[in-house]
Amino acid sequence: MELTPQTNDGLKVEPSGRRSFVGALFAMSAAAVSTLLAIPLVRFSTYPLRKAATETDWSDVGPVEEMSSLTEPTAKTITMERRDAWQTTSSQTAVYVLPSKTGQFRILSPICPHLGCSVRWVGDQDKFICPCHSGSFTADGERIAGPPPRSMDTLESKVEGGMLKVRYQYFRQLVPTKEVMA
Amino acid sequence: MTNQSSPKSTDAPSIATKLDNWLDQRTGVDSILHETLDEPIPGGASWAYIFGSGLLFLFVSQVITGVFLALYYVPSADHAHTVVSYIIKVVSSGSFIRSIHAYGSSGIIILLCLHIGQTILYGSYKGRRELLWLSGCILMALMLGMAFTGYLLPWDEKAYFATAVGTNLVAEVPFIGPILQKLIRGGDQMGTLTISRFFVLHVFILPAMLIGFIASHVFFFRKAGAAGPIKEDPVHPKLPTVPFYPRQVFMDAIFAIVLIGILAVIAKTIPMSLGPAANPADTHFLPRPEWYYRPAFQWLKYLSGRWSLIGGILLPALLALIFAAAPFLDRRLERRPWRRPISVGAFLLFLIAYTSLGIASYHDDYSDPGLAAQMHKQDADAEAFMQAPFVPEAAAGSVSAALASADPKVLKGQALFQAQSCNSCHGEGGIGTAAAGPLTNIGKKYTDPQLIALLHAPNSAMTNGGMQPVDLKPDDLGALAAYLDQLH
Repeated sequence: MELTPQTNDGLKVEPSGRRSFVGALFAMSAAAVSTLLAIPLVRFSTYPLRKAATETDWSDVGPVEEMSSLTEPTAKTITMERRDAWQTTSSQTAVYVLPSKTGQFRILSPICPHLGCSVRWVGDQDKFICPCHSGSFTADGERIAGPPPRSMDTLESKVEGGMLKVRYQYFRQLVPTKEVMA
Repeated sequence: MTNQSSPKSTDAPSIATKLDNWLDQRTGVDSILHETLDEPIPGGASWAYIFGSGLLFLFVSQVITGVFLALYYVPSADHAHTVVSYIIKVVSSGSFIRSIHAYGSSGIIILLCLHIGQTILYGSYKGRRELLWLSGCILMALMLGMAFTGYLLPWDEKAYFATAVGTNLVAEVPFIGPILQKLIRGGDQMGTLTISRFFVLHVFILPAMLIGFIASHVFFFRKAGAAGPIKEDPVHPKLPTVPFYPRQVFMDAIFAIVLIGILAVIAKTIPMSLGPAANPADTHFLPRPEWYYRPAFQWLKYLSGRWSLIGGILLPALLALIFAAAPFLDRRLERRPWRRPISVGAFLLFLIAYTSLGIASYHDDYSDPGLAAQMHKQDADAEAFMQAPFVPEAAAGSVSAALASADPKVLKGQALFQAQSCNSCHGEGGIGTAAAGPLTNIGKKYTDPQLIALLHAPNSAMTNGGMQPVDLKPDDLGALAAYLDQLH
């Protein structure tokens, strides 16, 4: 090989103490450069870890006075906004608002706990009936008959600034207890 | 392994030594290290030689920050600007990393000038170094290409308009100009395909070529050897040599720290700005390229008619050719700059002319009150955009995006589509699921009355698939049909 280092004519020999000092100097400068760049880079790439967990936002159902006058379970369409990093997606879904007796509102998810069809309110029979497999529920959403393993699911709700709000969530189907799906 | 260090200390070898031996026996890492670090430099280390390694260092920094930026970037005309704004306004350290990357390109251009200036001044392209020089010329062209393609990616006003002007120039190329321009833009106009093309060039093709040519540049450099000081014979060096390590490595390392330090300070104090999103309809915007392209931009102002071809394309091409041919044209081995007035003088002349053009460009912009006002307005707009909070983009097809324009009947139909559970089998927006087929474009197959009839009384194929009759008031059925009608 021609490229073997034709070093220093035997004149320049670095004393080993100096070599290790230089080595330490390089280690220090490497550390300086990497902290300058590495810390921001790590923070940059791990940003999703520190971002506050995105909870499902509260959706508006309607003004309280309108909801208070309901006499039977009523389907209301809500719009769910979800923030997905730099974009927002929104979709619409229906919920059932039950007539309020004590000023407390109850909101039911229309999704049947059996296989996920949308349960219908049938006013004539004073019942919720699932169109798919005829599961039926009372006007309060309690299970009466049919394949559903549990009663209809209650959604978290609150009143804020004269507006009834709901936190829409999905629950696992075919299980006897209500389990939130992440 | 010929040059194995003689084991002087016969005490038990430390773990580090053992590990080193283990690795070396399997990889030959020690000889590679010796090869790299003991590179002989005639006449020893010098601060004049730091620019090449500085360029390499900045290139590595660009690659690292670039890869990280790609974690969030989306190359599409309708997302690019939102995404860059998300990076700088929301993501931790995002503005800092983008600034390091953006200012890094200016740093590379400055170092290129210094590296080339040193090479010309020292005559270190002489003596069997033609390929070294040529690979360097290609590297410079690739770096300028990186700067040009990267500039578009944020898709803000200045990026859009500067690139529109830059790609307009391409159309001036004789014969193939218009086709070439269309190819680069991915169409007649700038658009989302332009971003994809620039992104692919900026992220895959140019970096791959850069890495290849950097490797060959370093290889040719090692093959020819360091040229040493200006009095040294470039072919058969006579001065005693000193190894690259530690003195030159030390200088290079100091320079790297200074470079990253300067970049970090600038990135922290003056974050690279992002203007408002590109608006092709904006007729007031004054397109201006980055500072290093300003002189070329100014030069074009002086040319019109047939001169624009001669001055804008042919002259630069000729200059580039002469520049690339320097080691072939200037074949004497004389290296002292004062003995080479033509090559050094030509380079200085070019430098002075280029700088003057740049100064003239800024002077033109800021001496005319109308232009100056517009330039200040553009800066103020960018500043205002930087201060504004991040606004997420409404995803296409999401309700809020559609709400603004949709017919209320269609909206009602959409709510019914969900309330009636149609979406549990036919999918969101009627795209279809395993349980039932898609409803998209169904409006082309059936009229509204036919749709209403089918909804009311599904045919046997539908009932066999599990379709239930839809029991709704006529008004609601009409709304549902209107919604189905517009699915696509």
